[in-house]
Amino acid sequence: MNLKLRVWRQRSAAEKGKMVTYEVTDVSPDMSFLEMLDVLNEQLILNGEDPVSFDHDCREGICGSCGVMINGRAHGNGLFDNHPQTTTCQLHMRSFKDGDTIDIEPWRATAFPVIKDLAVDRSALDRIIQSGGYISAPTGTAPEAHSILVAKKDSDAAFDAATCIGCGACVAACPNASSMLFTASKVTHLGLMPQGQPERNDRVVNMVHQQDLEGFGGCTNIGECSASCPKGISMENISRLNHDLLGALRAGARPKS
Amino acid sequence: MALELFTLGDPIADTKAPRDVPISERWSERRFRAKLVNPANRRKLTVIVVGTGLAGGSAAATLGEAGYKVKSFWYQDSPRRAHSVAAQGGINAAKNYRNDGDSVHRLFYDTVKGGDFRAREDNVHRLAEVSVSIIDQCVAQGVPFAREYGGLLDNRSFGGTQVSRTFYARGQTGQQLLYGAYQALERQIAAGTVEQHARTEMLDLIVVDGRARGIVARDLVTGEISTHFADAVVLATGGYSNVFYLSTNAKGSNATAIWRAHKRGALFANPCYTQIHPTCIPVHGEYQSKLTLMSESLRNDGRVWVPKERGDTRDPRDIPESERDYYLERIYPSFGNLVPRDIASRQAKNVCDEGRGVGPNGLGVYLDFAEAMQRLGRPAIEAKYGNLFDMYAQITGEDPYEVPMRIYPAVHYTMGGLWVDYDLQSTIPGLFVIGEANFSDHGANRLGASALMQGLADGYFVLPNTISDYLASGPFGAVDPNHPAAVEALEGVRVQTDRLLSINGNRTTASFHRELGRLMFDLCGMERSEESLRKALDRIPEIRQEFWTNVKVPGEAGRFNQSLEHAGRVADFIELAELMCVDALHRNESCGGHFRAESQTPDGEALRDDDNYTYVAAWEWTPEGVPPVLHKEALEFEYVHLAQRSYK
Repeated sequence: MNLKLRVWRQRSAAEKGKMVTYEVTDVSPDMSFLEMLDVLNEQLILNGEDPVSFDHDCREGICGSCGVMINGRAHGNGLFDNHPQTTTCQLHMRSFKDGDTIDIEPWRATAFPVIKDLAVDRSALDRIIQSGGYISAPTGTAPEAHSILVAKKDSDAAFDAATCIGCGACVAACPNASSMLFTASKVTHLGLMPQGQPERNDRVVNMVHQQDLEGFGGCTNIGECSASCPKGISMENISRLNHDLLGALRAGARPKS
Repeated sequence: MALELFTLGDPIADTKAPRDVPISERWSERRFRAKLVNPANRRKLTVIVVGTGLAGGSAAATLGEAGYKVKSFWYQDSPRRAHSVAAQGGINAAKNYRNDGDSVHRLFYDTVKGGDFRAREDNVHRLAEVSVSIIDQCVAQGVPFAREYGGLLDNRSFGGTQVSRTFYARGQTGQQLLYGAYQALERQIAAGTVEQHARTEMLDLIVVDGRARGIVARDLVTGEISTHFADAVVLATGGYSNVFYLSTNAKGSNATAIWRAHKRGALFANPCYTQIHPTCIPVHGEYQSKLTLMSESLRNDGRVWVPKERGDTRDPRDIPESERDYYLERIYPSFGNLVPRDIASRQAKNVCDEGRGVGPNGLGVYLDFAEAMQRLGRPAIEAKYGNLFDMYAQITGEDPYEVPMRIYPAVHYTMGGLWVDYDLQSTIPGLFVIGEANFSDHGANRLGASALMQGLADGYFVLPNTISDYLASGPFGAVDPNHPAAVEALEGVRVQTDRLLSINGNRTTASFHRELGRLMFDLCGMERSEESLRKALDRIPEIRQEFWTNVKVPGEAGRFNQSLEHAGRVADFIELAELMCVDALHRNESCGGHFRAESQTPDGEALRDDDNYTYVAAWEWTPEGVPPVLHKEALEFEYVHLAQRSYK
C-alpha cells in the first residue's frame, strides 16, 4: 500500500519544529509501524535528506523506548477496533489502508523536551523512581526467599502494576500531561508487597512531590492514560496512590526537601 | 586444517580459582583469599560500569552500595531499557523447592553437560552456588515472582533439565528482574554513589601502563566525544547476536565495547559459540528488522510437529494425528519437547531441509497447544502464557488459541565473549567483563533460564567480591587527560567518526548490515562446514572494503545522529564476523550450538572431538592482514565426566 506521512521534524530542542509531508510506497501489511519508518529513512538517506529520528530498541513491546503520537493517539491506541493496546513497535501496517494519511508526532509534554524529531527526553520518569520507587534491600542482606509469604492475589496484582514499561504514553495522552499512572503503578506494585511496607508512606509522598517538581500536570481522572497504556495499567492504581497518599500525609509523612 | 588462518600462541590458564580445595569450597576460599578494601578507602576508588542490563545494573548498584565511586554508562535513554528486559521465561536456582532431587551439584552438572563440556567447571559450580542467593535478593527487592495460593514461590521446567527449578514472573521475568536491579541502581544514583551517563556510548578503552583506566565515550545527544577515567572498568554490554542482523536482540544491542577492548588487547573467547533459539516467530519479509522470541517455557505445554509428508499445505487443524510427526517426542522420548535449544533448533532445520517445513516459505514448524487446551482448559493456558499468545497474535495476525503457532529458530544469544578468569577479569588488568559479554559459564550451549542467573550472579555476587582483590592495590593515581594513551584513543574515535561521515557513498548502513547478517546465517549459522566458512571468509573482507568506500552516513558528528551510531556498530560487526568464522573453521568438531557438518554421529547428533578440542579458544587481535593468534585454555573435567550428551 501507499501512504502519506506527515511527520514532526525538529532539529533540536532549541529550534522550532514543523510537520513535513512524505510519501512511502509499497508498504507491506506485515510491516510494523517502525519498519515502515525504516523504509522511509532508507529512502531519505539515499536522497541525501536527514532521516527521521525516533527512539526504539527491543521492537517487541517491552523496553518502552518507542512511542509516537499516531493521528493524535499515543502509540495509535484507540484508533482501531479490536486491536489490543500496544506499543508503536507492535502496531502493524495491516491496521491501515492504502492511501491513508498518517500524522506522526512526538510525545508532547513540558517534562519531555524534544531531543530531535520524534525522540524526547523522558529522564524525568527516572527521577521519579529515584525519589522513592524502590525497596531498600542492599545486596547480600536478603532473608531466605520463602521466609516472605505473599498472598497470590496480592502478588498477581503487584505484577499487573509492575508491568509498566515507562514509555510515557500516559503522559502524552493526558490533557494535563500528568505522570500519575506511571507513578501510581510503582506505588501500587511496591505497596502491595510485604517487603514494601516499611517505606510505603515516604515512597508515595516523595514520588508525588518529585512528579510535581518535574513539571507534570495534576490528575483529574480523565482516563486517557489507561486507555493509551500499552500494558493496560488500570486507573485503580491511581485510586490506590491517592489512598496511600492521604494515609501517609495523615501519618505525618512529608517529602524530603 | 586451516593453519594459515591463525597462528598458535602461548597457552592461557585461569590462576584465580583455588584448585587446592574441593570444588564446592573454591568460591568461599577465593573470597577468603581475595584482598579486601576497607570501607573508608572505597570512596577513593572509581569504577566505570558500561551497560545497565541485569549484570551491569546489579553490579553498579552493588558497588555503589559498597561505597565505591561508580560511573554508569548506557546508550538508551534509561537504564530500565537494557535488553535483559525482554527475557521472558525465567531464572534458574537450585532451591529444590519442588523436592524433586535438585541440588547445587545437579544444577552445576546440568549446566556443564548442557554446555556440551566446553565451560570451565569452577565458574559453573560457583554460578550454581550463587543461584539461590539471587532469588532471595530479588524477592527482598519486591520482584513479583509467580506464587502459589499458599504464598510460596512457583516453579516451572525448562529445556535440558528434569527438575522444576525455574522461577518466573509470567512471561516477563527479565523485565521484573531488571526493574529490581534498575530500582536499586536509581536508589544509588539518588544517594550520590553512582554518577549516571545516559545516552552515552563507549567507543574505546583507555589502557595506561598496562591497566584499563578509562573509556572514550560519545554523548549521543550532543555528539561530544570525551574521556572518562577510573581505577577499573567493567564491561556489561551484552552479546553480539546482531552480527546476524536478524536476531532476537534489541536493535541497539552491539559488540562495539567488547570489540574495541579486544583490539586493545583483551582476548576474545569462543566467538563461534552462538545460540540459535528454536522458538521464534518465522521471518516474513525482506524489510523485517528483528525476530521475536516465543519463550522456551511454551515447550512445557506446546507440542512441536510437522506433517509427515513433504509439501503438505493443508490447514494444520485438518491434518489427522496419524499424519503428523511430533519429531522431538519421537527422536528424544525422555526429554521430548524439552530438549536443549541447540538440539531443538537443529531438528527444526532438518525437517525443513527435508521439505516438511510449514508456512509461506517452508521455514517453520508448528508449536501446537490443542492438546494442552483440552487437558488444562483455556483459562489455565491464558494464565501461564497469555502475554506470549497476545504478542504472537499481534505480530502474525493469527490467533494461537485457534491455530497452532508457527515457529523457526533465530539467533538469540552468544556464549562466546571476552575471556575472563575466575575473578571475571580479562587479560587486560583492571578490565572486568560480566554477563553475556564474557564467555564464562555456558560453554558451547546455554540452557534456558540460565542467562538471567548468570547476569545477576556476576553483578550482585561475583564481581563485587572479586574486584576488591584488584582494587586493593589501588588507587592507581589520576590519569592525565593529556596522557598519550588517552589522547590517542580519543583521536582514534574522532578520526573514525569523521571518516564514516565523509565517505558519502551509495549504500545505507542497513543494507550492509542485512548483507552481512544473511551471509553469516547461511554460512556460519545453525550448520557450518569448511566449505561454507571459507566462502564466508572470502566474502567478509569484500563487504568490509565496500563498506569503508561506499557507505552513506548522513548528518553531523556534533548532533543526535542515529545513523552514525549504527554505522560504527556495523563496522565492528563486520570485523567480528570474520573472527567468528575463523574460530568456527578452526574448531573441526561439533559441540553445542557449533555444529560442523563434518563432525556428526551416524544419527546426525553433534559429535565432539574431546582429544583435540577440549579447550577454550581465546583469540588475540592482530592488525588487518596478520592472522589472529590462538591461545588455548585447556579444560579439565574433574567432577563431571566427559560423555557424549544424550537426551534420548
